[in-house]
Amino acid sequence: MSVIICAPSKLDPAKAAQTFDIPAKKPWSALVRKGQTLRIVDSRGQQAVDTLFYNAADFSERYSANDTLREQGSAYVVMGTKLVSNEGRVMARIVANTGGAHDTSAGACSCESNTVRFGHHVKYQHACRENFVLEVSKYGMSKRDVVPNINFFMNVPVEPDGKLAIVDGESKPGDYVELVAEIELVPVV
Amino acid sequence: MSLTDEQKAEIAVNRANYEKLKTAGQGVSPRALPALTPRDGAALSPSDVLARETIPGGWYWYGKVLRGETLRLLNADGRSSASVIAWNAQDVSERINHADTVKVQWSAALRAGRVILSDMGKVIFSITQDTSGAHDALVGGSNAASNARKYGGDFRNTRDNFILAATKLGLTRADIPLPVTFFAPVETDADGKFVWNEAKRAKNDFVDLRAEQDVLVAISNCPHPFDPAPDYAPGPLDLIRYRLPVAADDFCRSGSAESVRAFENTFA
Repeated sequence: MSVIICAPSKLDPAKAAQTFDIPAKKPWSALVRKGQTLRIVDSRGQQAVDTLFYNAADFSERYSANDTLREQGSAYVVMGTKLVSNEGRVMARIVANTGGAHDTSAGACSCESNTVRFGHHVKYQHACRENFVLEVSKYGMSKRDVVPNINFFMNVPVEPDGKLAIVDGESKPGDYVELVAEIELVPVV
Repeated sequence: MSLTDEQKAEIAVNRANYEKLKTAGQGVSPRALPALTPRDGAALSPSDVLARETIPGGWYWYGKVLRGETLRLLNADGRSSASVIAWNAQDVSERINHADTVKVQWSAALRAGRVILSDMGKVIFSITQDTSGAHDALVGGSNAASNARKYGGDFRNTRDNFILAATKLGLTRADIPLPVTFFAPVETDADGKFVWNEAKRAKNDFVDLRAEQDVLVAISNCPHPFDPAPDYAPGPLDLIRYRLPVAADDFCRSGSAESVRAFENTFA
């Protein structure tokens, strides 16, 4: 049985209510109202967009990789994937995707995990989790609230024997993923 | 938008380094992972055992485990799965992180010889004995809705068990990290679909988790959401806490460059 990974959108980005340009290595967040669509564009191709989602009305409810994969029964975020919270609620749905299968197993790099992975010499280099902590702190949250995330456009196959590693992304410049918020949502990139 | 020659050169160097680490981490390690423990192996002397407890099917356990102590989880009748979460007892903002655990070790297959990492690049548990090598690091546990859908009723579930355990440890529902689940033979097929390999779960399976820091632990003994058994009938889970000296050539502490560095962080 083949899985539908990609499907294009019918929306015209020129008619978007708002657009944001997120510089490389910088965080971003906003309020996305229930029913609104968020399109994330990989402007250069093969980028990695580490993303978390919080319920805007109660930040203790947040994206859960476990709940999302349990409900879906398979390992990647693709066309149609329901993004499920730690309370078992659908927070958003992927309604269009041209960027391949997205990872939600490998999480975001941190200064500390990078020392384990690559050697102690990388401790003082930029890491995605630093961005998450800075951005969620604006909402009164802390490192405790930064949980394993989605890596849009990052390609991390999980092999049948469990082997797992980042391989080259499939996304080209301009590829995108589009999601519709099912609740009042704060995405953090 | 095109890359400069300097950027291209940097990418080439980073790629070569990554491939080298991946090759080492995925099998050509200095030492291969240890063999699985026989189901009648690694017997404990009564004098080494500190405490025993039996978690009834559907229930949970919580407590503090000191550095150097080991929790043996015994699936005596083969019907249990054990979801485990943990926090650093001295600083509960540090907690188990399944994503770092699988990424850093280049594998989602938890088994003897692997370690379970915190979000701070330190070791929470070493997996020192393991009879099955068939555990789940990606899917997590049940909640009320997944049980209701599967079994058609209100059954004890892992999410609620963790809320109860975390609260009794002075924490909140927001502090519950994503778990790893032992005795849950979840594999991925070529399409990324999860499949349950029941042949890899059996009576008297056990796994030993040695605490590498003082930790607060919560364990939920509920059926895994992908457990194919049609009825909600988790068996009891035996919990045996013991302490044994750590051998000089202990595999978890020395088996890979990654685990060596994680222990350097842990004991710094």
